[in-house]
Amino acid sequence: MIPAEFKYMFPSTVDEAVRMLAEEGEDAKVIAGGQSLVPVLRMRLAAPTALIDIGGLTELTGVRDDGDSLLIGAMTTHYEVQRDHLVQDHALLLRLVTDTIADPQIRHRGTFGGSLCHADPAGDLLAPVLALDAVMIIAGPSGRREVPAAEFFVDYFTTALAPDEILLDVRVPKYTGWGAHYEKLNRVAQAWSIVAVAAAVQVRDGAISAARVGLTNVGSGPLRATEVEAALVGQQASAEAISEAALRASSGDGYKDNLARVLTGRALTAAVAG
Amino acid sequence: MHISVNVDGVTYADEVEPRLLLVHYLRERLSKTGTVVGCDTGNCGACTVHLDGHSVKSCQMLAVQANGHEVTTIEGLARDGKLHPVQEAFHSNHALQCGFCTPGMIMQAIDLLADESDPDDETVRKGLEGNLCRCTGYQNIVRAVQDAAQRMKPGAGPKQEQHSDEHISSKQPVGGE
Repeated sequence: MIPAEFKYMFPSTVDEAVRMLAEEGEDAKVIAGGQSLVPVLRMRLAAPTALIDIGGLTELTGVRDDGDSLLIGAMTTHYEVQRDHLVQDHALLLRLVTDTIADPQIRHRGTFGGSLCHADPAGDLLAPVLALDAVMIIAGPSGRREVPAAEFFVDYFTTALAPDEILLDVRVPKYTGWGAHYEKLNRVAQAWSIVAVAAAVQVRDGAISAARVGLTNVGSGPLRATEVEAALVGQQASAEAISEAALRASSGDGYKDNLARVLTGRALTAAVAG
Repeated sequence: MHISVNVDGVTYADEVEPRLLLVHYLRERLSKTGTVVGCDTGNCGACTVHLDGHSVKSCQMLAVQANGHEVTTIEGLARDGKLHPVQEAFHSNHALQCGFCTPGMIMQAIDLLADESDPDDETVRKGLEGNLCRCTGYQNIVRAVQDAAQRMKPGAGPKQEQHSDEHISSKQPVGGE
């Protein structure tokens, strides 16, 4: 199908983009890589009156070293995240997650920030960004503000981003030397996660000194398995400690609850080994 | 909106509706019907083209997003009437039956081979994850991509095009004295 008509705008600065969003009102939409939005437009699930294409805002592209953290530009493509040495060294979990997103063509166009703003509960980047305590840096008409990931993901396809705001960067603390793994269950190629678990673990002298665990597509947004994290800290990095902690990933008895527990066990086992 | 796009080496300037998809621009405005539309959802990969050297699904992009960029389609691969090595490999390995997925498969295979010059079976399958084929069962496609990798190896040209140091050093300088 063909999208409904819209007005197309191509700002060359962030300030211009923010001004355009304010002028066009809440029926305007920002388009980044468009890999989620274009199908939505084609299926006419949305019909924004204006599309503001931020493809020209090159300052939103790339990963920068910012001392204790990395700044990942919202327009950095998945392809770039996969190959970025800062991500590889300090946020390995994000690289491993990004490797599993969609397919190569989509990863060439789709962006880190676009995925987060779209906030599909099955989207792969939400849970790891939540688990890694990332912070969203947002621009709006009244200036810039920072929103922790825990407050950014509000609900199913809903974030704390106001209609006149744009995500600029994501600040991710450095997890240098941590083991990581993303355990994703899906049935066919390029499919969304049925459930997936993102795990990052710091092991010192055979004991787990810190852990981060995020769950994809278990709730209406990403979930952080804080009880699993708490149960791991101070334990030996052993199969027993992991399987005991993984039981706390969910207390329910539904299909996805069981998957959450099983996949958490697998993710932690691989993260500790790596 | 006015756009200027380089497609298969030729720059086109056109007035397009913002909602026009890149694939429809290629097919309907430029008559580049080698790029096909297989699905509405971005899954099948039949419409794969290269944008600035990287594979993208042209049904998942607006034509206006290609403004100022370079697009290569399946129609831009042949040189001087000779097929691209990946096209040749698909031909000689019988890597197609109905052929509908082939343009996208070939464009994605070229992208894959740019990253992985000698891919194993698993790497080819992973690299072609975004392209669906409903005829072949993929076996011959994987074979063709691996064959193409061999054809594109440095020095893999026809015998008469290969050079050895010995050959060069044994040659006398031309027009000496």
